[in-house]
Amino acid sequence: MSESASSPPTDKPQYVKKDFISDQEVRWCPGCGDYAILAQVQKIMPDLGIRRENMVFVSGIGCSSRFPYYMNTYGIHGIHGRAPAIATGLKMTRPELSVWVVTGDGDGLSIGGNHLIHAMRRNVDLKILLFNNRIYGLTKGQYSPTSELGKKTKSTPYGSVDYPFNPLSVALGAEATFVARSIDTEVQHLQQVVRRAAAHKGSAFIEVFQNCNVFNDEAFAFATDKAVKEDTQLRLEHGKPLVFGKAKDRGIRVGSGFQPEVVSLKDLDPASLLVHDEKAASPSLAFLEAHLDVPQFPVALGVLRAIERPTYDQLITEQTRKAREKLGEGDLQKLLRGNETWTVT
Amino acid sequence: MEGETRGPSLPVMTPPPRKTEEVETVVIRFCGDSGDGMQLTGSEFTRASALYGNDLATFPDFPAEIRAPAGTLAGVSGFQINFSSREVFTPGDRPDVLVAMNPAALKTNISDLAPGGMLIVNLGAFSPANVERAGYKQNPLEDGSLDKYRVYKIDISKLTQNACDGLGLSTKEVARCKNFWALGLMFWMYNRPTEREHDSIRAKFAKLPQIAEANLRAFKAGYNYGETTEIFDASYVVRPAQLPPGTYRNITGNGAAALGFVTASQKSGLQLFLGSYPITPASDVLHELAGYKQFGVITFQAEDEIAGLTAALGASFGGKLALTTTSGPGVALKSEAMGLAVMLELPVVIMDIQRGGPSTGLPTKTEQADLLQVMYGRNGECPLPIVAARSPADCFWTALEAVRIAITHMTPVVFLSDGYLANGAEPWQIPNAADIPPIKVSFRTDPEGFFPYLRDAHTLARPWAIPGTPGLEHRVGGLEKDYLTGNVSYDPINHERMVKTRAAKVAAVAQDIPPTAILGEPRGDLLVVGWGGTYGAITQAVGFMRGKGYSVSSVHLRHLNPLPPDLGEIIARFDKVLVPELNNGQLIRLLRADYLVDAIGLNKIQGKPFKVVEITAKIEELTGPAGKARTVTPLRAVER
Repeated sequence: MSESASSPPTDKPQYVKKDFISDQEVRWCPGCGDYAILAQVQKIMPDLGIRRENMVFVSGIGCSSRFPYYMNTYGIHGIHGRAPAIATGLKMTRPELSVWVVTGDGDGLSIGGNHLIHAMRRNVDLKILLFNNRIYGLTKGQYSPTSELGKKTKSTPYGSVDYPFNPLSVALGAEATFVARSIDTEVQHLQQVVRRAAAHKGSAFIEVFQNCNVFNDEAFAFATDKAVKEDTQLRLEHGKPLVFGKAKDRGIRVGSGFQPEVVSLKDLDPASLLVHDEKAASPSLAFLEAHLDVPQFPVALGVLRAIERPTYDQLITEQTRKAREKLGEGDLQKLLRGNETWTVT
Repeated sequence: MEGETRGPSLPVMTPPPRKTEEVETVVIRFCGDSGDGMQLTGSEFTRASALYGNDLATFPDFPAEIRAPAGTLAGVSGFQINFSSREVFTPGDRPDVLVAMNPAALKTNISDLAPGGMLIVNLGAFSPANVERAGYKQNPLEDGSLDKYRVYKIDISKLTQNACDGLGLSTKEVARCKNFWALGLMFWMYNRPTEREHDSIRAKFAKLPQIAEANLRAFKAGYNYGETTEIFDASYVVRPAQLPPGTYRNITGNGAAALGFVTASQKSGLQLFLGSYPITPASDVLHELAGYKQFGVITFQAEDEIAGLTAALGASFGGKLALTTTSGPGVALKSEAMGLAVMLELPVVIMDIQRGGPSTGLPTKTEQADLLQVMYGRNGECPLPIVAARSPADCFWTALEAVRIAITHMTPVVFLSDGYLANGAEPWQIPNAADIPPIKVSFRTDPEGFFPYLRDAHTLARPWAIPGTPGLEHRVGGLEKDYLTGNVSYDPINHERMVKTRAAKVAAVAQDIPPTAILGEPRGDLLVVGWGGTYGAITQAVGFMRGKGYSVSSVHLRHLNPLPPDLGEIIARFDKVLVPELNNGQLIRLLRADYLVDAIGLNKIQGKPFKVVEITAKIEELTGPAGKARTVTPLRAVER
């Protein structure tokens, strides 16, 4: 078998941000949250220590899916919803590559929901960025699988009656080994989460709250508005209690019936609070955190889950290695002959 | 008293030794309930015939339900084998011997048995309830309706039970052995050596020694029944066929395709990746390839049909030999991804093992009704090359050809097989691996002057520039691309240019298609044009009619898009053109459109292959005195 002419990914190349900016003009609407996400990803790329030619960005269809065109790496702008499947085939056969999937709430959770969940349950070593703007932007404003109940859009003039997906729940339900959330405008936090995803071995799923200023402006204002965000963001940190609020004076604990409740720290010992554990074997705590939602609770940001499990591409590679070890390198003539032959003279 | 004679000697009262008759060709059909093991019986007999050196062709025919209710017509499963000391092209129009394990099998199959043919029935299964379940008003074994056949009523159930007595097996377990009893009888009848079959039974049931013993006893009992009872007046010998010298094996279409793809992988130096979703009748290719990890083959049982192909495209982008296998409904699901493959101009083979359609249709029955789907069934102007296999063993060579075209021209290629080829078997002369030419692959590595859509002047292929290559970072996608850079382009003139270029690239495949082989004279009254699995029936029919002095020739197409460059000229040399197809007329539309020829269709859409006689009858109709009167000359032959 011929091996590709790849360089080892750890051969610390020296890059700056602009090395990852392609020559293509970015064509998102002015003010779109996608710009910020693109900038943060381009910014951290030089720090990953991966050679540019060993990186591939794969996407489906939608505003977010134009992302690969703007990255000066290898890239595929695929068809609607299928990016995780394209990326799976690539990663299975080229495990040395760093493969990224960029998708949106419609692409990843509606038309491509099937591929997304299966990539995550298999733990294919993909970095999956799901830009959630809770709307169909490229088709000009229909409700998406993450749009709120009752939402009025062009296709739901009487309000949506579709119960929305929680992307983190989908990822946790699919047994993803890395599940995180960030926000387009929280640049430091976003960078940190993307770095963590890049370092993770296995499917790393990040939901990014992304503002569509044209069709769904301020959908995430509850978490981005400076006036309220300290009360509505719960920054998760491994091993730390779930505390939030401007004065860090409120926390979350488990009440009766395994239900979360907000408590004031003034009259409570912080030891009774829930402590975040991203490495917990069971996803129960992460589910609980994923479901925290305004107005009753703050929304969880950061890494909800980061556990270790063999990756799909590792297991495939290992099976092939073992088969060769046991059977030797395949002998074509022997294969063609099979087990039972006869000879005509 | 020895040596002493007393009185006049009497003639010795032993029967005369039974005859062993030599016959050239025999067609046997085993049929029974889905649970009766008829497919196993048939394939075991096939194996024995192949190893004995007969030429052969088989036709397994089974219902889509794994186990339809026992004894019903819907649950009947059959396996037909035509084995001969001469060259064999088809599984045979009609069986000479019908082995029917129950009334339902008799009812659904008896009309195919030639008058005077041998009918062996399992008497034990003809209970009043079973007879009624099969829809008979009265027991056909008793009402004289089978008088025109040589009927052998044998209580196979009971004899199997007797043979397995004392093994401590349940009635049900013993009942499952009766197929081996029937197999044993056929081994006796056709003088097959039994030793190897004994070994095969032991190996097959190695984990269940009691069951192995029961099947072995049943097999021997069936054999001995033929040997010791007097009801058969002869046994038969079908001598080995005079095939070209060489080493042979028996192979199915799906088995041959799998070997073809592994060979293509070795010959191109590219790792093979198969993305596939289980579907009848294609799954066996996935099963086979999943076992070839020592050849570096990676198989991916995807979450759906779409993922099967899109994952393959990912692998192709990474520089691997990419393949997806499916059947008609799967092609329908993959069509958008096939369009993406056309746009990305990446090599990938889409193997469509056709079955009866539309929709779920007839999953286990054969049909050729996907040609227009793979030709046109995509949005936009979306041409891709199409090749088709003509026989089970030919699936090997067709796989290699599909890969060669895909890599040489950087394009998705459809490989059409069908259920009849997939499951049917024939002897295959094992090629010498070293003699198979390499498939040339060149990855672009030089960044100097690199453009993702810069084309080779001859093949119009774009460069294959794979991740890991410094300086060639680029993006491809489903949006229309600039003619050179591959960047997104909405330019109107560029779009038209790209549409025409993609078409020209597919047309360029014709440059390498060898001259079309004609069976028969290069000109004459009638040309039969066929494609795919109808090869055997057409070839035999045309050979037969030529032997009778008819002016008929045939060509059988491997390349369906583009068509061979010399086809128009060949067609123009005949008065009439007949296109037999297992569909409602698909290739005929392409021929009419391309060559303006008033071709005549012969269409069968019954989930079954052509019988030779169906084609000879049509040839006779078109070239006989009546046919001559209606001779129509092609209007015009257009050079492609």
